[in-house]
Amino acid sequence: MEPIKIIDAPACPLALANVDTDQLIPARFMKEPRSVGYGRFLLHDLRHDESGDPHETFILNHPEAEKARTLVARRNFGAGSSREAAVYALVDHGFRCVIAPSFGDIFSSNAVNNGLLPATVSEEDAEALLAALGDTPGQLRVDLEAQRITVGGLSVGFTITPTWRTKLLNGWDDIDMTRQYTDAIQRFAADYTRRHPWLDVTPPQPEIISRG
Amino acid sequence: MTMPTTLFDKVWDAHEIHRSESGQSLLWVDRHFVHEGSFHAFDKLREREMSVARPDLTFGIADHYVPTLTRSLGDIGDDKIRGMIEQLADNTRERGITLFGLDDPRQGIVHVLGPEQGLTQPGLLMVCGDSHTSTHGAFGSIAFGIGASEVAHVLATQTLWQSRPKQMRLTIEGTLAPGITAKDIALTWIARLGADGARGHAIEYAGGAIHGLSMEARLTLCNLSIEGGARCGMIAPDETTFAYLRSRPFAPQGERWEQALAYWQTLKSDPEARFDRDVALDAAEIAPTVTWGVSPEEALPIDQRVPDPSALRDEGRVHQMRDSLDYMGLSPGQKLTDIAIDRVFIGSCTNARIEDLRAAADILKGRRSKVPGIVSPGSTQVKHRAEAEGLDEIFRASGLEWRESGCSMCVGMNGDLVPSGERCASTTNRNFKGRQGPGARTHLMSPAMVAAAAVAGHLTDIREL
Ligand code: SF4
Repeated sequence: MEPIKIIDAPACPLALANVDTDQLIPARFMKEPRSVGYGRFLLHDLRHDESGDPHETFILNHPEAEKARTLVARRNFGAGSSREAAVYALVDHGFRCVIAPSFGDIFSSNAVNNGLLPATVSEEDAEALLAALGDTPGQLRVDLEAQRITVGGLSVGFTITPTWRTKLLNGWDDIDMTRQYTDAIQRFAADYTRRHPWLDVTPPQPEIISRG
Repeated sequence: MTMPTTLFDKVWDAHEIHRSESGQSLLWVDRHFVHEGSFHAFDKLREREMSVARPDLTFGIADHYVPTLTRSLGDIGDDKIRGMIEQLADNTRERGITLFGLDDPRQGIVHVLGPEQGLTQPGLLMVCGDSHTSTHGAFGSIAFGIGASEVAHVLATQTLWQSRPKQMRLTIEGTLAPGITAKDIALTWIARLGADGARGHAIEYAGGAIHGLSMEARLTLCNLSIEGGARCGMIAPDETTFAYLRSRPFAPQGERWEQALAYWQTLKSDPEARFDRDVALDAAEIAPTVTWGVSPEEALPIDQRVPDPSALRDEGRVHQMRDSLDYMGLSPGQKLTDIAIDRVFIGSCTNARIEDLRAAADILKGRRSKVPGIVSPGSTQVKHRAEAEGLDEIFRASGLEWRESGCSMCVGMNGDLVPSGERCASTTNRNFKGRQGPGARTHLMSPAMVAAAAVAGHLTDIREL
């Protein structure tokens, strides 16, 4: 994964709370392989009307939105389903960072695993950032090392779990990290099985059990 | 003297392989469920030429895309939907993973099947690429949803990196009024604390009202933990838990049952254990509750009115409420019981176990539904059981469709959709915009409340029936 240090690019204001993963990518697109590019599914049903025409006023349909690397939203961003496809849609659209006062827990860890920075700010700072951007994408700088966001004259701090910060700064992947612990895992597993002998799974034959 | 610990601590500590300097734990995973949507993770393994570390601890379940009108793959008209089910069968076969496939008599929604087959047990650490994995915590296990990258990690290593969440105890004492269900408890606390109210926390549900719940109701309650933003929800195992588990197909038997039981009985929070947050609710205060908006936090007791945004101060919240009312096609001040519905759905991992179907059938018996609707049992076993009890006849006689088991209209991936603009009273867990289909309007409530709404043609107070 590509490490993140500084993102200095246009940011899209999305002045909505509870933007859940069902909205980020509606379920019907999830049968597609990733190779088709998930960017065009991002917020599909907010972006288009029922006949499939783009809503001109929706921020992602703004001509500058294509260049945006950061999204600023209200609270509880990415709540709901664990679908990592929601993150693929953001990443394939070009986003590297989402700024919000709170995130769905699973969404944040999915984001970090795909090199997308979930930057948590206070509700007041989110409002200030949204106000500074207004209705159009605007230049915004995210400094991951300093944990600061700057738009024009406004500068606010953000928080992120330290391990996630390290992973993003270095572009690390969990599977690479876990490889160093292969021996410890094997030792643990042997001891664990000895302590919990009833957990060894022997699949029973399929049969109809009529129970409540 | 050892520090008093919580149930969560005990289970977490038993699974911790390593703790990094930054506080991340490498955890052992006892049970891993994969479903059709897990294909991204299998693709990733293939890309990196990795094998599955413990196929014996991984279980495949076809639920998200399965048709509810047929059990035959050949009958599925949509190639892409059929492809999703075939791909799961191929991936599990290739990796030596047990599959509960479309035509397996044990097939069902993963969070109904796991407990029913005895795969879910106290003290386990369980994961699945599905947020409602929190359901399994009803047995006193740590169970949570993960994303596709994490699914790939678990497949490759049978372990997972996690940081220890904070802990919250939600205590409910007192007695629930007749007709009040676990669904009402969940919607009530989520409405009070918010859809992100328990974010970053593991919840332990405690208190007399919780331990008075049946296993099925506990599953509903833990299922909805994620809708309040919690990482997982747990209930300490007790006699109800053990009685449910005994002689389930995958439960330990004989001497192993005794060994397991001795361990399970130790799984509870010490009396002095400290929680980061303590929240209490009085069972007697909980009323039949329905959602009116597009987030599970937008819920109210059925005897209330649609809220008025102009009564709010915070501009962000005013905007959010207007947006919800607009999507839902509701006006401020309207009585909730005046909201007419177009259809009903009884199903999902939240409320499609046998007790849920019994509760709905109780209301529908000898009555007609004014609107069309689908009943999809939580598992094929539940379906057989319901048929043995004659519940299918009651649903059919009322005018509802009796279908096969699957996620169905909870998420619409198999094509069971609520048409745009229609309003559905639903036993599911998410009233998000477009969740049941583009433009669909969802009201969440308990199975009996859905049945009552079907009979009345509008949202109804079950207490008045
Ligand atoms: S029934 Fe709904 S919530 Fe449950 S696993 Fe299926 S799609 Fe998810």
